[in-house]
Amino acid sequence: MGGYILKRLVSAIPVLLGITVIVFLIMSLIPGDPATAILGSYATPENVEKLNRDLGLDKPLVQRYFIWLGNMLQGDFGRSFSLNRPVLDEILERFNATLILAGTSFVLCAFMGILAGVISAARQYGLADKAITFTVLIGISVPSFFLGMMMILLFAVNLRWLPVSGMYAIYGGGDLPDLIRHLIMPALALSVVATGVIARLSRSAMLEVLRQDFIRTARAKGVQERRVIWAHALRAAMVSIIPVLGIQAGFVLSGSVYIEIVFQWPGIGRMLVDAILKRDILLVQGGVVFVAACYVFFNIMVDVAQSLLDPRIKT
Amino acid sequence: MIAFLKLLARNRMAAAGGIVLSFVVALAVVTPLLPLQPPDVTNTANRFLPPFSEGHLLGTDHLGRDLLSRLMWGTRLSLAVGAAAAIIAAVIGSAIGIVAGYFGGRTDNIIMRIVDMLMAFPYILLALAIVAALGPGLMNALIAVAAVNIPFFARNIRGVTVGLAGREFIDAAKLAGMGHGRILAQELLPNVVPVIVIAMSTTIGWMILETAGLSFLGLGSQPPQADLGSMLGEARSALITNPHTSVVPGLMIFVIVMSINLFGDGVRDALDPRLRSGALTRPRPATIVDRDNVPDGPGDGVLDIRALETQFHVGPRVYRAVNEVSLAVQPGECLGVIGESGSGKSVTALSVMGLVASPPGVITGGAVFHDGHDLIGAPYRDLRRLRGDKVAYIFQDPLATLHPLYRVGDQLAEAILVHHRVGKAEARARAVALLKSVRIPNAERRIDAYPHELSGGMRQRVGIAMALANDPEVIIADEPTTALDVTVQAQILALLDDLRRERGLSILFITHDFGVVAQLCDRVAVMYAGRIVEEGPTAEVLAAPAHPYTKRLIACVPELGQGRRELAAIPGLPPAVDRLPAGCHFAPRCDKAREICGQEPLPLARSGARAVRCRFPEEDIASQEDTA
Repeated sequence: MGGYILKRLVSAIPVLLGITVIVFLIMSLIPGDPATAILGSYATPENVEKLNRDLGLDKPLVQRYFIWLGNMLQGDFGRSFSLNRPVLDEILERFNATLILAGTSFVLCAFMGILAGVISAARQYGLADKAITFTVLIGISVPSFFLGMMMILLFAVNLRWLPVSGMYAIYGGGDLPDLIRHLIMPALALSVVATGVIARLSRSAMLEVLRQDFIRTARAKGVQERRVIWAHALRAAMVSIIPVLGIQAGFVLSGSVYIEIVFQWPGIGRMLVDAILKRDILLVQGGVVFVAACYVFFNIMVDVAQSLLDPRIKT
Repeated sequence: MIAFLKLLARNRMAAAGGIVLSFVVALAVVTPLLPLQPPDVTNTANRFLPPFSEGHLLGTDHLGRDLLSRLMWGTRLSLAVGAAAAIIAAVIGSAIGIVAGYFGGRTDNIIMRIVDMLMAFPYILLALAIVAALGPGLMNALIAVAAVNIPFFARNIRGVTVGLAGREFIDAAKLAGMGHGRILAQELLPNVVPVIVIAMSTTIGWMILETAGLSFLGLGSQPPQADLGSMLGEARSALITNPHTSVVPGLMIFVIVMSINLFGDGVRDALDPRLRSGALTRPRPATIVDRDNVPDGPGDGVLDIRALETQFHVGPRVYRAVNEVSLAVQPGECLGVIGESGSGKSVTALSVMGLVASPPGVITGGAVFHDGHDLIGAPYRDLRRLRGDKVAYIFQDPLATLHPLYRVGDQLAEAILVHHRVGKAEARARAVALLKSVRIPNAERRIDAYPHELSGGMRQRVGIAMALANDPEVIIADEPTTALDVTVQAQILALLDDLRRERGLSILFITHDFGVVAQLCDRVAVMYAGRIVEEGPTAEVLAAPAHPYTKRLIACVPELGQGRRELAAIPGLPPAVDRLPAGCHFAPRCDKAREICGQEPLPLARSGARAVRCRFPEEDIASQEDTA
């Protein structure tokens, strides 16, 4: 198992390099002179030249890439000019909040999605199935940012059950119950679409598995139907559900951009949008590479989970 | 095409989605012609008018602009941008996919590496990076959304193209001297287009959502121009005081995306043949029972199947798989049921414990008595308690019938644990003993193996061990040796024979092989097209088959060391069981058939231990009885 994890980690290296190349190439698409873009059209030529030198923009593209990469490998993501602090410091601070939000959402959507999908399949064409199918359809059609806004209206403004936004109360907050109260709405809003997608897939994966011969064997043994569904069938269906969990984790992670804006959550998504609007290129670059790298590692964990589940995978 | 449209129309949800979508699109198209107020004219005196105000049906926004007008123009813009992004992504992505799939080799390798790399990004993140580089703006948002969806199309279309590129018609085109360009355009593209359309129908909703999302973040359309996303984004600051300005564009996005999803699902379902045939229905825990005739008990022997009728109801068609089959298994007896595939022998076996996949299977008549109780009418709870405990099954292909992800020991232990309250250690010990009893060497080690780690013969021994787990009274073996090598088959048969003598088991043995029957079974019943055509002690039937069909089946068995004998295949095919002839089902293939055979039904005529369903039998079983 240890060898398998190592092998997967090594195979991630080219992917990570590819990610840095793609991000770097996209950023070099910036039309015109980035220094002028940053400083505005009233900048003096000296300032523009100085910034260009500071940013290393006077060197050729390939050289610039390797300098950037080398610095990143040493933990130097550059300095954000809009925040006037190292990019990595800002990212790490923000990432914590995003991880809490996206992590909670992911657990929610995996749990609710699989639950809904299994119930739906077990009661195919029954009332529960129809209700779930319809709810799922609504769930995957509603924009998460709109849903978040409507939740604020209902639960925070009208019912006053939950705080409107933020991560902690400004006065007297900061403990875990406070965090949870602030987390409920954004985490739910963020998980809705992924829940729907996972529920749909789980349903069809379960229907596929329930027709297999080994399910008939389990029934012929006299295994209780509940166990047939939740142990025999679900275990086998997980083999096709887990990869989708990995994909949906990416949607949840990047979808947190909208939710962080709506709920003023101090995460990395909000940082990225601010950075884009302020044209703080180094912050965007660093943030995107960082989140994408995290996602690559998450997918390695998904693969490892898959190999633990399925003994037929050669490790 | 017409069939496809019919299917689509039959799906009411999809039709509703299609209608709503067409309505919205039609409105968007005619928006410039409608007598709407100009969308961008501000009037701060009339800020935040509520809906149904005079002159402003939906009210006004934070700058006093007419919301209805802005909604219509915004919808128009959102639809146009989403559709444009979908088309761009589909065209570029499909082109990449077709090229990669058609040329294969290094081209494919390099392209797919890049595609995989792009897919390693969390979805929206890449779009954000692109917008960050190009700068906020609707055009740039469109480019970003299209770009992040290109890998999706490339990968899907490549998969389809790889499948097509190996087909004969492509080879033929190459041999005919067509250039790559012409092959791609004339041979491949027409076959790939339906897939592209399906992929588009499932993604266009996403793309509308994503462009709206970027606009919502302030990275898409810039004021005063507004799509639905930026309307929502601008309204957000007034969410609490004037929610209607948020609700109006938000609901519109929802309606559009929902109708697209409904319609797209309908299109996909109508095009996916698996869903069309209803093959994706899940079998229930027990076969549906809907009986007219219920024979009286208490029955004879350990298992008494009486006038069993099992049918498959597929749409308007009724397949009579099992037609009034009666069989009784005596204690310690091995009764063989033989027939070609499709004769209903397996369905008979599975009906006993309600294991026929249902839907489409329905037991429409008859009874199966065990221990004085009718199993067919039994509630699921009782049936489950008897399954594997009193009546156990051995199935055909042991690789498919064992759970691939559980260790064989756990599967064996489970068979015990569902019927007996014993500890885990005890169950494991019993499992080892079971493996030993079916002569698996190294049982203590093999118990922790997964099915895929065992050979076919070993797997079938595990299957047998599982059937023996609770010392059942009857074992129903459904072609247990069919999937095995001949030598392994002989070993398994010998094992079954020994076990039956040691344990006094009754076995209902389903097979298509008379050789196997001869080796193992005391009595044999021959099935044809859902009916029993002959029944009797194995030795007597083998020596003097009464039904012409039995005779020809026996003639199909090659004999070793018996010199040359002509192997006579039976001409023709068994009848389709949804269009059975009125009289003898075998008549069309029978060389002794006369006119009357095909016209009138004939009961199974019993005489002593034997029975036959034939007007002109090969042997007169009644006279044979007398002479014997």
